[in-house]
Amino acid sequence: MEQQIGLWVGAFLTMGIISFLYKDNPWYKLTEAIFVGISAGYWFVALFWDNIVGKFWIGVFDRGDYYLLVGAVLGLLMLMRLAPKIGWISRWPLSFVVGAISGFYLLNYFSSNVMLQVQSTIMPLFSPQFNDPLFTSSAGNIISNLFIAGGTFTGLVYFFFSKEHKGAFGGAAKIGIWVIMITFGASFGYTVMSRMSLLIGRMYFIFGEWLNLIG
Amino acid sequence: MRNSRVKVNGLFFVLISVFFYSGLSAEEPLIPNPEDTTKICIPRPPTNVLATDAVYDKGNVVNLNWVPSPDDNGDGKILQYQILRRLENDSVFALIDSVIAGTAFYKDETVESGQTYQYMVVAICDGGSGPSEPSPPVTPDMEWLNFALSNIFVIGLLICGSVIYFIGKAKSGRPLFIRKIAGLEAVDEAIGRATEMGRPILYVPGIQDMDDVQTIAGLTILGRVARVVADYDTKIKVPVSRSLVMTASRETLKAAYMAAGRPDAFNENMAQYITDEQFGYVAAVDGMIIRERPATTFFLGAFFAESLILAETGNSIGAIQIGGTANPAQLPFFVAACDFTLIGEELFAASAYLSGEPRQLGSLKGQDVGKALAMIAIVLGAITTTIGQAWNFEFISAIADLLNSLFRTN
Repeated sequence: MEQQIGLWVGAFLTMGIISFLYKDNPWYKLTEAIFVGISAGYWFVALFWDNIVGKFWIGVFDRGDYYLLVGAVLGLLMLMRLAPKIGWISRWPLSFVVGAISGFYLLNYFSSNVMLQVQSTIMPLFSPQFNDPLFTSSAGNIISNLFIAGGTFTGLVYFFFSKEHKGAFGGAAKIGIWVIMITFGASFGYTVMSRMSLLIGRMYFIFGEWLNLIG
Repeated sequence: MRNSRVKVNGLFFVLISVFFYSGLSAEEPLIPNPEDTTKICIPRPPTNVLATDAVYDKGNVVNLNWVPSPDDNGDGKILQYQILRRLENDSVFALIDSVIAGTAFYKDETVESGQTYQYMVVAICDGGSGPSEPSPPVTPDMEWLNFALSNIFVIGLLICGSVIYFIGKAKSGRPLFIRKIAGLEAVDEAIGRATEMGRPILYVPGIQDMDDVQTIAGLTILGRVARVVADYDTKIKVPVSRSLVMTASRETLKAAYMAAGRPDAFNENMAQYITDEQFGYVAAVDGMIIRERPATTFFLGAFFAESLILAETGNSIGAIQIGGTANPAQLPFFVAACDFTLIGEELFAASAYLSGEPRQLGSLKGQDVGKALAMIAIVLGAITTTIGQAWNFEFISAIADLLNSLFRTN
């Protein structure tokens, strides 16, 4: 019985969201309000139990990790904005979060997005095999390696902001944006196909689980 | 009939027994001779067991080396080596793992920093074992500096040094050239359009928290947009999906309205928290777009599966749309559905370009030095690697190796 109720509520809400394809309507508004309200409430409870109870309370009072008190103080400072006279104090924890996180991620981004990218692009243009004579490289191999090295180089030219895109530099930047757009095209097709599988999942729920029209 | 089958089966059993008994008695004695070592396996133990603390780790790895048993010569006599470990004060060694014969190295990644351990390696054969002497004690510890990554430090120092240099240059008042970014040229025009039409502006700073640099970039651009919005007295709405982003957005808006000399026009409800749930947030923002029909929408920050849903809804009401993210999988959707797109780093460059603020401009120029270095390394590296490998020029190969090691990350 409970399963049946859940099925009908799920179908009702799914149809409510899909009805937006026609136009904005009360059914969609109701579904939207339920979705937003329930999810906001759910996240409030989940974050409370996960962060305040699970990490802070148990961490400090059960495990004795007193350094977590620093986070608690910063969290309390955030609430200072409720008092207009001392509301400016709430900027401190915010500054701390932004500054600390920027610093923390600097090295990660630098090594993965810069160092590793450059190292992976330093490759032989004609042959990936050690001591393989130049002449034995296949055409596909040569094109592939040239495309990777050339595409990365021209892509970097496009993102170089200190020089106007004119002349040979502009030409390289144009090739760079073409490479980027070709990549986007491939990525677009790939992602659309993955979204189709989500749609098929919802359709299966409606026509299979709810209406029993497909086995 | 039944009796004859019993007789036949009995005869068969006797014949088989005689056959096997005669075979065994000829080849293998039933009671083994204690002096016959080929029958009782007692392997000679591994020697020189040495446990060392792994360098440049978090203090959670010990490397174990040993000289294999002399009986481990590939004939299959030694089946495996068992790795035993104990804390220095414990009396008993406990089995932690085993490795195949022929191995002389083991990496223990289950130790705790600051504890002292001893190891023993046991050679195992069929029916017997040969334990080594315990290794000298080892105390794994974390190193404060990882000198193996000093190349990252040097390149980082070079780029950061350039950033500091250009910030100083910008502060001294000397002009720094930044090329035009197409998407940003349209910002003022888009805000002006909303003002003329008397419709609001919708600004979405992504769906990630303040720990994402894209959100920070999105909020920086929000500051500039809000400043123009305050000047034009246009309405702006900033729906967010994270509580911290809501606080930061309100601060940004407030600062922009103050800077524009319009603190009275600032209202905290301009930035609203919706929900952390990705698609709940999307449902609400879609509803907002359809009902309030903003003339201009900005989607600048970290986006995921919701990017196309938001941009397509904005497109359906004919809003001028400026999208931007550094998430490569979502950029195609913004390119398809928005009028202007800030691709990847353009999002980060945008705030510097718009503000003209010396620190941001200097930072952008410093990053360009890094890009120039990367371009040189790619061209030089590809050429030297190709020539070095194709014609075996040692000197050229050495340059290629040097470039490779300069950009290694481990």
